[in-house]
Amino acid sequence: MLDIRGLRAKAGNKEILRGIDLHVGAGEVHAIMGPNGSGKSTLAHVLSGRENYEVTGGEVIYRGEDLLAMSPEMRAREGIFLAFQYPVEIPGVSTTYFLKAAVNAVRKHKGLEELDAMEFLALIKEKLKLVEMDQVLINRPLNEGFSGGEKKRNEILQMAVLDPVLALLDETDSGLDIDALRVVAGGVNALRRPDRAMIVITHYQRLLNYIVPDFIHVLFEGRIIKSGTKELALELESRGYDWLKGGAAAVQ
Amino acid sequence: MIATESKERYIAAFEQSQSNGNGAAPAWLKKLRRDGIASFAAQGFPTPKDEEWKYTSVEPIASLPLAQSQGSERGIDADEMIAQSFADATCPRLVFINGVWTREFSFAPGLPRGVRLTSLAELIKQDEPLLSEQLGRHANYRRQAFVALNTAFMGDGAVVIIPPGCCLAQPIYLIYISSPGAGPLVSHPRTLIFLGAGSEAKIIESYVGVDEGAYFCNAVTELIGAADSLADYYRLQREGRSAFHTGTFDADLDRGAHLTAHAVTLGGSLIRNNVHVALNGEGAECVLNGLYLGEGKQHIDNFTEIDHLKPRATSFELYKGILNGAAHGVFNGKIVVHKDAQKSDARQVNKNLLLSANAVVNTKPQLEIYADDVKCSHGSTIGQLDADALFYLRTRGLGVAEARSLLSFAFAGDVVGRIKVDSLRRQLDDYLAVQFRRV
Repeated sequence: MLDIRGLRAKAGNKEILRGIDLHVGAGEVHAIMGPNGSGKSTLAHVLSGRENYEVTGGEVIYRGEDLLAMSPEMRAREGIFLAFQYPVEIPGVSTTYFLKAAVNAVRKHKGLEELDAMEFLALIKEKLKLVEMDQVLINRPLNEGFSGGEKKRNEILQMAVLDPVLALLDETDSGLDIDALRVVAGGVNALRRPDRAMIVITHYQRLLNYIVPDFIHVLFEGRIIKSGTKELALELESRGYDWLKGGAAAVQ
Repeated sequence: MIATESKERYIAAFEQSQSNGNGAAPAWLKKLRRDGIASFAAQGFPTPKDEEWKYTSVEPIASLPLAQSQGSERGIDADEMIAQSFADATCPRLVFINGVWTREFSFAPGLPRGVRLTSLAELIKQDEPLLSEQLGRHANYRRQAFVALNTAFMGDGAVVIIPPGCCLAQPIYLIYISSPGAGPLVSHPRTLIFLGAGSEAKIIESYVGVDEGAYFCNAVTELIGAADSLADYYRLQREGRSAFHTGTFDADLDRGAHLTAHAVTLGGSLIRNNVHVALNGEGAECVLNGLYLGEGKQHIDNFTEIDHLKPRATSFELYKGILNGAAHGVFNGKIVVHKDAQKSDARQVNKNLLLSANAVVNTKPQLEIYADDVKCSHGSTIGQLDADALFYLRTRGLGVAEARSLLSFAFAGDVVGRIKVDSLRRQLDDYLAVQFRRV
């Protein structure tokens, strides 16, 4: 589904991704871990098309297409979804209004009829249950005054409604207490499907107790220095990242 | 000097109107008009040298040939204009064409006893005592040239009187239509709104006009809120594309009176809105909400001034502007807390969104505080669309144009959301949605 080959990217003059190789197949959940500043979030944003980063090398093939040639909105319409670490607050627009516009932009792209207000309401009501969210919240301005947990639930709600092919979850666990984490992870797990892939970016092993990945990759200084299965997370939990950093130096 | 020539023309036109019988009026009004023209003669047109007109040149207004309106000029599509005014067909209304009351489009069914909704010209004929008591007492013609001109030439407009204790559920619409017809035209509509003690009303003043041809609408409204009255006042400006509009709104609030005054500026080419509120009684409250949208070469100047004259009065002001093309926006927010106005609470916010590199905004908060126990704050921002928000929307599948439009709509949303008249808010939402699709 997704093939990242030798991906390099910089922000300003600083090279952040320094040759990433990653293959993600349909139905797989990959976790990307690593210390702060290793390039985890940059990878998510580069895959979503953020313009602040300049891709300086490599390629990304998504379902046979050159992903890097697509605009952010085209990637979204083609099924890529980024759950933000820091969801943006937009006063003046309700989640409902915004999400209906988004759903219909995607449907239009797929040649489907746009949903009317009633159809959309039916769709969103069903998805609200998934993240245990009150309908009152989605009639309020998008993310404005939401708690950290509410914002993250809102991200997963959007993911559920937009029905992506490939979901990128950027530090979805950050700032969540254990109850909120359980709800958010429960929502994500319910969305796992054989035809949908996920890349879960996290700093902490904690999230992976709830969202159990098929593969784990450790990112350090812009490269994947170690890949493994879910057992790797436990090893990282007990040993930290330092034992791997020596290996990274050797790779350099 | 265009301004001097123009001043002379206005003075000559005044003398002519007095001698040819158009000036027939009770003695007090004749005197008021005389005072008006004398004040105008003394002041002349303002120039950018005046601090309060620093960013706005009225030369295009001064140089417009003078033709006083005689009422409905030419085949004007009044129904279309009324639709543009965001009116609600079920609500009582007065309609004016070129400043003159037009009976056939006006109606006021089932108003509660004692409520008066009448043309000013009709009330002048009846020599209603409230007029001589209140007209010209609030809008200061001695200090403001355009108020002076309006005072000199005032002949018609709307009068709304709400008796004490009356709560009027239905909003009242005052619709001023301008259509220059064969040549340019000048009109000076005058509105007087009086809310008796403990009364409550919603009043919508809407200014619309045809796009073809230049004209000048110089409107003045005085609102008096007696003790504990509650006014929800709207001033919508959707003049024609080539129009000049100077609008003055002057409110005087007594003890415990509350006023929310919304100003929505959409049309016209050169616009100056003057809003002045005198918090003239203990515990009086005013909320000013403003939204101005400029595109092309529109020039929109909002000057607001709030006088805290008595203790424990509060004012809250939020003005937002969205400027595209080469539009120029000006906001000047003056708050004066006078010596006796202890425990005043005044907050002011002005936010501007620039959608193009050529759009310009000047914003100037001005606080003068002469009391020592007060809470005052102000803040202004000028910015572009938030890049993070744009990216966020695009990652959800919205195209760049759609995302920009949604964010502009959202920016206007917290002002529009404060509009309490449902039909008006919905119409404005629809209008903005269409406008921003072109952003």
